[in-house]
Amino acid sequence: MNEQLTHMSKQVTAGKLTRREFMGKAAALGVSAAMASTMFANAARAAGPKKGGDLKFGLQGGESTNSLDPATYASSVPFQNGKQFGDQLVEVAPDGTIEPRLAESVEGSADAKVWTFKLRNGVEFHNGKTMTSEDVLKTMERHSNEDSKSGALGIMKGIESMKADGDNFQVTLNEPNADLPYLMADYHLIIQPDGGMDNPAAGIGTGPYKLEVDEPGVRHLFTKNENHWNSDFGNFDSVEVVVINDATARTAALQSGQVHAVNRVEPKVADLLGRAPNLTVNSTAGRGHYVFIMHCDTAPFDNNELRTALKYAINRADLVDKVLRGYGSIGNDMPINSAYPLFDETIEQREFSIEKAAEHYKKSGHDGSPIILRVADGAFPGAVDAAALFQQTAAQAGIPLEIKREPNDGYWSEVWNVQPFCASYWGGRPVQDQMYSTAYLSTADWNDTRFKVQAFDDMLFAAKAELDTEKRKGIYSQMGRMVRDEGGLICPMFNDFVEGISNQLDGWESDPTQEMMNGNISRKMWFV
Amino acid sequence: MHPIIKLVSQRLALGFLLLFGASALIFGLTEALPGDAAQAVLGQSATPEALANLREEMGLNRPAMTRYFEWLGGIVQGDLGQSLTNKLDIAESIGKRLGNTLFLACVAAIVSVPLAIFLGLLAVRYRNRWPDKLISGITLTTVSIPEFLIGYVVIYYVSVKLGWFSSLAMINDSMSFGQKLYAIALPAFVLTLVVLAQMMRMTRAAILNLMQSAYIETAELKGLSTFQVIARHAFPNAISPIVNVVMLNLAYLVVGVVVVEVVFVYPGMGQYLVDAVTKRDVPVVLACGVVFAAVYIGLNMVADIVSILANPRLRHPK
Repeated sequence: MNEQLTHMSKQVTAGKLTRREFMGKAAALGVSAAMASTMFANAARAAGPKKGGDLKFGLQGGESTNSLDPATYASSVPFQNGKQFGDQLVEVAPDGTIEPRLAESVEGSADAKVWTFKLRNGVEFHNGKTMTSEDVLKTMERHSNEDSKSGALGIMKGIESMKADGDNFQVTLNEPNADLPYLMADYHLIIQPDGGMDNPAAGIGTGPYKLEVDEPGVRHLFTKNENHWNSDFGNFDSVEVVVINDATARTAALQSGQVHAVNRVEPKVADLLGRAPNLTVNSTAGRGHYVFIMHCDTAPFDNNELRTALKYAINRADLVDKVLRGYGSIGNDMPINSAYPLFDETIEQREFSIEKAAEHYKKSGHDGSPIILRVADGAFPGAVDAAALFQQTAAQAGIPLEIKREPNDGYWSEVWNVQPFCASYWGGRPVQDQMYSTAYLSTADWNDTRFKVQAFDDMLFAAKAELDTEKRKGIYSQMGRMVRDEGGLICPMFNDFVEGISNQLDGWESDPTQEMMNGNISRKMWFV
Repeated sequence: MHPIIKLVSQRLALGFLLLFGASALIFGLTEALPGDAAQAVLGQSATPEALANLREEMGLNRPAMTRYFEWLGGIVQGDLGQSLTNKLDIAESIGKRLGNTLFLACVAAIVSVPLAIFLGLLAVRYRNRWPDKLISGITLTTVSIPEFLIGYVVIYYVSVKLGWFSSLAMINDSMSFGQKLYAIALPAFVLTLVVLAQMMRMTRAAILNLMQSAYIETAELKGLSTFQVIARHAFPNAISPIVNVVMLNLAYLVVGVVVVEVVFVYPGMGQYLVDAVTKRDVPVVLACGVVFAAVYIGLNMVADIVSILANPRLRHPK
């Protein structure tokens, strides 16, 4: 029987046996359906990518207000659209290294202040124009100049000057930054003709698919770009991004085969959905985390004893279990986990302890007035439930938490980064430097815990300039401990990306950077 | 001037006044919501500089009054303006969406209105007997269940289990009329279930009310069959309340179906409006609001006029 199965697998690899035939024959040999399915997938993968077919995404996170202008991307559907029609200079690979895209190579000066990107030759935009270093320069200017409205403006701040020189694009920084290439991998920084200065929302880029139909909030249709610089990218004839914001409608569409991939499968249905025979639920550990944030400079949270008491009073394991249904991992009150490069595994995990919480609470001398925690469903999925669980465990330690529910609408403008204690989430960043620079540096716009410690800032800048990885790891470890012990962040959990993928697709790989394989499904997967 | 023409023109003038009032109210309320379009677009990734730049570009720095009257100036010339968030032409976006909404509403209405009236007549004919109870029971059940739940149940059985219809009711220009009808079969079915009961019950109640009248007794005594009595003598006199409730339900089919749109991923007006409100895209909210208000006012006007035409006493006032 084994020989026969091996033979059949080889036939699949050679493309002589379809899935249906293989499953039928395997069943005749007494192989279970699940087993046969795995064997087929392995054999098909060995055959390598196949070209053709029309891929359909069903995604949450699209609105009729969406624009194709990369500077405005803030939700899943625009992010996915950008990945279809555009390329960045570089991309963060699934293993956390830098992968070349429109730049063939990147080189930094010895002091990590000057970075030179050597651009790929003969790359063509969808409008037929050839990409030049001028286009790259204009793109970066549009995201960083005074008039910029870009979501990437925050990460472009440290740039002193930029220049285009033949095939090279050069960036000079105010301060050294060994991680600059990671900043250039940001999904907003899609290279556009003339930098998109004239028509930013045209949807013209260098990507593997060209825009055909743009109906914001409904669907976006792309067809294969035959002139893409890398013929390995993009195995489908067309890609359609269908906006399905309702979770039940999304899973139904996947189950009935009307779409091939969906994002944001709700943890509470993930197990049930995974039992469906025609699809796989993939759970990818990422860098995103769900948090409760306290302003370190506002009473009563300016008292580190009180902050520590609250950190001890949350039952992380219980939250991962109940809110994430196990699709995630526990946090350690710092924004970094093992998905980051240079993570120090030896930092001690903070455990849930009523005694310690009560002890620190007593030391804090808090007057016993209710501590108000603001929360909305939109802060993160399950935020209200998580807050209720937190309230109960805190009460056991004698800490009076009062939950104030806020509307989803306007939460990010009125509550987050405004009120001293609220629920929120972070999507995570590819490297530690970027995460800390974005939200923990004293002067950062999004320092949503008002964590302002000079020693911390000094270490952050020292790490940026440090090219010795062991030493950098040491600095990051100290910084992590500092945020964990003195910061305003209560980080109970890191959430996984939970996604449903049809078994008609093959070539899945786990990518912790962003959801849906960091937007690379249409580039890297194929129909079996 | 003929009293009917006079009435219609009066109603039209009043309607326009109402529309103006509604737009002012909508503008005021949207302005009162916390945050603005720039903040909503940038969301969690807003930096103060980016916010300031975006506000400048969207023209949000100008006083609210100026913006409202600019918009009003545009709309009286038939220009709905541009969306703040994605710079697309609003008239074009709304045109497509409104077309979709009206298409779904029409299909649902063509099925549900005659069906409701027929079932109402049937219920009167067999009042307090099993057909009446069955009809009332079923329609009251379907109207009591939230529409999203009916939607999910229908999707689960008809789409996921049986695979007969698509759960995504997405239509676009490249589809034939038949394909479009097939695509919207499920949402149209759910909407029919939702609006059936009220119209059916109103038909039944209005006619039952008349069945006590002396002239019905006369009709019965002269030997007409029950159904003839209902159809020829009772129904014409019950038209006014029935038309009122039918128009109310038609208006609902146009303006109130956002939940069904979301469940079946149908690109209609409801979702467009909700997105615009979330993103504080004031010109789009105003445009949608005015269209919805116009639908309500228009349908109510039709209901009034039909009531008058159906009633000789109102038709020939002394």
